[in-house]
Amino acid sequence: MESSILIETVIKVIVILSVFSALAGFTTYIERKILAFMQRRLGPTNVGPSGLLQILCDGAKLFTKEDFIPQNAIRPVFMIAPIITAATAFIAMTAVPFFPEFEMFGYTVRPIVADVNVGVLFVMGVAGIGHYGPLLGGMSSANKWALLGGARTAIQLLSYEVVSGLALLSPIMVVGSLSLIDINNAQSGGLLDWFVWSQPMAFILFVIAGFAETNRTPFDLLEHEAEIVAGYATEYSGMRWGMFFIGEYANLFTISFLVSLVFLGGFNDLWFIPGGIAIVLKVAALIFFFLWTRASWPHIRPDQLMWLCWKILMPLCIINILATGFYLMLF
Amino acid sequence: MNINDLKERDTGSQEYIMVQEDDYPKTGWEQFKQVLARSVKGELFVGLKITLKMMKEALFNDNMHTVQYPAEKLPIGPRYRAMHKLLVLLESGNDRCISCGLCEKICISNCIRIDSEIDKDSRKEVLDYSINLGRCIFCGYCAEVCPELAIVHGGRYEVGSEQRAHFGNKEDFTTPMDKLLSQKEYPGFGAVSPNADERLKKTPTSY
Repeated sequence: MESSILIETVIKVIVILSVFSALAGFTTYIERKILAFMQRRLGPTNVGPSGLLQILCDGAKLFTKEDFIPQNAIRPVFMIAPIITAATAFIAMTAVPFFPEFEMFGYTVRPIVADVNVGVLFVMGVAGIGHYGPLLGGMSSANKWALLGGARTAIQLLSYEVVSGLALLSPIMVVGSLSLIDINNAQSGGLLDWFVWSQPMAFILFVIAGFAETNRTPFDLLEHEAEIVAGYATEYSGMRWGMFFIGEYANLFTISFLVSLVFLGGFNDLWFIPGGIAIVLKVAALIFFFLWTRASWPHIRPDQLMWLCWKILMPLCIINILATGFYLMLF
Repeated sequence: MNINDLKERDTGSQEYIMVQEDDYPKTGWEQFKQVLARSVKGELFVGLKITLKMMKEALFNDNMHTVQYPAEKLPIGPRYRAMHKLLVLLESGNDRCISCGLCEKICISNCIRIDSEIDKDSRKEVLDYSINLGRCIFCGYCAEVCPELAIVHGGRYEVGSEQRAHFGNKEDFTTPMDKLLSQKEYPGFGAVSPNADERLKKTPTSY
């Protein structure tokens, strides 16, 4: 029994690692295509059918590029920083239930690596540790733009950690459990049971914080090209840069899965759509929204970002928590 | 303006024109109203709508802006002055160039070279005509000075080469015999006029 759990976990880990690494590459392709269409361009077209093999070319380029370490960089920290980002992004996925349980070869598979009873806390915590990647990478690069990018990591990611944590608190209060499976099961009664209807404020706040934490466009100050070259990743090349990249896209998927699980009904069946397909559709829609905003909205300044976080979003979070608390107490 | 005006560095006392005159909120209540308007008015969603509309136009209404260059080419202007062409006489296909050497003389980057001889009819004949396209600055003096409109600038703009010195020879510039009918005439001194047939008269031989 013990060894069967071990083998099952190892298989799940390998599947998750390979699927999401591949998805990260595929998302770059989708991102380039959608951004191109929104700007009335074609995007990658030449390699493979409608440019699909561009991913392989990019991968080959990343793998064969020189792994360059600047002279004055602090070598061990510089080398370990991208690994932190990529590793924590995948570790955070261990507590995320991707699909409902299904039967395969007469064996019930639960598509979650570790069903810990503090799932949300674990995911948010590990994602929080992931911020050390850009921070340490930026500070050890011996480059002023990288240093600025690292400093922006500290202010942006840590500040928005507060917002995302507080925003998740109110649905957790309603459910009374930190396990993502429990939160998902609490919304099993169909479309109207989704927390996006009963907790709209928390949903909006969490999506905004998700944008900031995954470093997506309205809030991508960490590597804002117009201001600080490539931010914390300025001195990185080859596969180390690629690991930052994979980590970022893996985080994007984690946040999308979290939003779908906590607010959009998770992997419950929706009308005639089975749960497994429903959650994939939800995640795809969220990813499209992330790309859509990147094509539409401008960056904001760091001071505006901080202003938004501490003066608008955090008070709203607290008001939302208070309102939820009073509601739970009185009704 | 005297020297004291120039030394005056206090920007407050000079007459500056305010370029941007936004009505910034003055009181806290006005600031709050501005924040509320910006958050609730949905300007962000207008932006989202525009990009989605662009995507729809590009994908379904064939409104894509990209020109896939090597496969598709944009039309160039009729007066475009790119790679040289040596025109020929339409009637016979003979060189229109009389080897006068004016183009060689006027070329300011010294990139034209004409090799000629006196042929058996004691007329000058072009043996070779070469242009170093790597040196040519496409100033157009050669076409300007040519008395016979033999050398003109054409529309071939893809003249990239692997070397700095990139020579074109006479056979590269001359209109080939099979393309003779599609040779485009350039209006100007020496060119065949559009109504050449009507103006043609018999040579009077009676005197």
